Amino acid sequence: MTSSVSITLERCGRTFANGHTALHPLDLSIAAGETLVLLGPSGCGKTTTLRIISGLESPDAGGRVRFGERDVTQRPIEKRDVGMVFQNYALFPNMSVADNIAYGLKIQRLPATEIRQRVDEVMAMVDLQGFGERRIDALSGGQKQRVALARAIAVRPKVLLFDEPLAALDAKLRDRLRIEIGQLLRELNITAVYVTHDQAEAMALGDRIAVMQAGRIAQLGTPQEIYHRPSSAFVADFIGAVNRLEVIGSRPQGRLVVHGGELHGPHLSGLPSIYCRPEDIQIVETNVAAIQGCVIQSVFLGQTQRLMVDTGSSTPLQVDAPSREHWRVGEVIGLTIPPEVLFHPEQCNSQRDVQEVAHG
Amino acid sequence: MTTRIRFLLQLGFTLLVCLFMIVPVVMSALAGLTENYFVGLKSGLTLRWVNDVWQLYADTIWLSIRLALACLTVTVLLGVPAAYGLLRSRRRWANAIEEALLLPVAVPGLATALALLLAYGHYREFRDSWLFILVGHVLFTLPFMIRPVLSVMRTARLPQLEEAAASLGAGFWRRFLTVVVPNCMSGILAGALMVVTLSIGEFNITWMLHTPLTKTLPVGLADSYASMRLEIGSAYTLIFLVMIVPLLVAIQWAGRLTVQHH
Repeated sequence: MTSSVSITLERCGRTFANGHTALHPLDLSIAAGETLVLLGPSGCGKTTTLRIISGLESPDAGGRVRFGERDVTQRPIEKRDVGMVFQNYALFPNMSVADNIAYGLKIQRLPATEIRQRVDEVMAMVDLQGFGERRIDALSGGQKQRVALARAIAVRPKVLLFDEPLAALDAKLRDRLRIEIGQLLRELNITAVYVTHDQAEAMALGDRIAVMQAGRIAQLGTPQEIYHRPSSAFVADFIGAVNRLEVIGSRPQGRLVVHGGELHGPHLSGLPSIYCRPEDIQIVETNVAAIQGCVIQSVFLGQTQRLMVDTGSSTPLQVDAPSREHWRVGEVIGLTIPPEVLFHPEQCNSQRDVQEVAHG
Repeated sequence: MTTRIRFLLQLGFTLLVCLFMIVPVVMSALAGLTENYFVGLKSGLTLRWVNDVWQLYADTIWLSIRLALACLTVTVLLGVPAAYGLLRSRRRWANAIEEALLLPVAVPGLATALALLLAYGHYREFRDSWLFILVGHVLFTLPFMIRPVLSVMRTARLPQLEEAAASLGAGFWRRFLTVVVPNCMSGILAGALMVVTLSIGEFNITWMLHTPLTKTLPVGLADSYASMRLEIGSAYTLIFLVMIVPLLVAIQWAGRLTVQHH
């Protein structure tokens, strides 16, 4: 549909007039056609990064924004050829659905017939046929965000930017629209930057994810890398649930003593703690178990249930178990954790290629 | 039963208050249509006084209409961008300016007019033209345009809408005309209602600034009350009412229309 363009940020930082640094100078390259998700808690700098890319915000002196080879740092948003989707839709209440979508096309001075044709085309893409004459306030939240999406792609931008587009919708609708946005991004093969604080959204949509923390990129990688080889305890904890097991002693042959038993983890010897995901822990008979603990709570999650197992450490171990089985509170269960699912962020760091891009 | 009695008492009181306010209006209107007010209605009804007023004061009516429309145009052209400027400026003095805008309302109109005369009175051409009065009216009515527009702007999520428009390629003026102005239309209409009404009825500033050739309707009214017979003054009042009431109704109706619009 459009020739996509790469995005390069060089030393882009942002310090506000009150002295607060929203973003420490960072370098970031986004390949043409790639979807990059900026993920992090509120105040981590993800929205500021997006606004610098969009042109709504300027980087501090020294920062550069490039689209392809072209330096766009000095260009305002209206000269950058970007499409943007906002959390609160930002639809023009004084215009109909069709007029909202046609707004950017009229600015491009396209002939009326082509405008009508393109409006119909994008309305079909977002499944809104026949809604053209509707008033904006007569739409549901999901429909509004579809209109916003259609309005953004109608102008055939070089870059699509999403600022928490699904945060205002309820869970079911969020899932559906997330899938649709994913399909659309693949269809359009457009460079996209997507800001969210929802890790499920990030993993589903991102070719790569940049996890941000306190104005810096904590880790940049594919969803698999981020999930399975997090570079810090923060990233491990922010993406999905994680257990941190304190190593209280070590034995020969890479055996690590933890609360409740011993684990085999030769690649992790010498580290003060080890990490694993709740779904990687297996429940076994106590006589063959590596560690034992006492069930103190079970949280039913639908497709699975999460057991809180007291192994004598300060925080209980989170273990995912089949949802149809029953464990009594107080019951002692046996657990094994295969060595390959054990990890430690620092050790992930040394394994990873040089992808860390945030300057200190 | 007691609620019914209380209701009747309240109704009675309300009707009394209404009568208290409406009777003088009706009396005045009738006086303008009566052959001889001191004889009473039995002297017969006539349009003679209305016709006399028209012969004597038509100029003042036209001038008032022209002033009100010019004042409306100027306050829209100045007030809407000014409200937008106040909205966008985060600086502390934006508040101070907003307060200062109310000064011409707080200061007696005579003082404002005197200040205008002292400052600009020696520009003869200007001083003798109706534009001199227009300046006074704009000073007095501008806050009544800026305030409602600003309050609508503050609730309309304008910054976001503008960012969306900018992302679609709209430059500043296009954003202002296609997004900002249409989305604060209810504020502009509310302001227009106040501005036109206040301009048509303004007396204090106008009385000080007018020349024999630039008399407005309220100045003409004062003139007729002082120097003409009572029936003519009353007929003049009637014309004023006939002018202003449909105007108020029309702008109210337009205001309600935009509220539904949102």
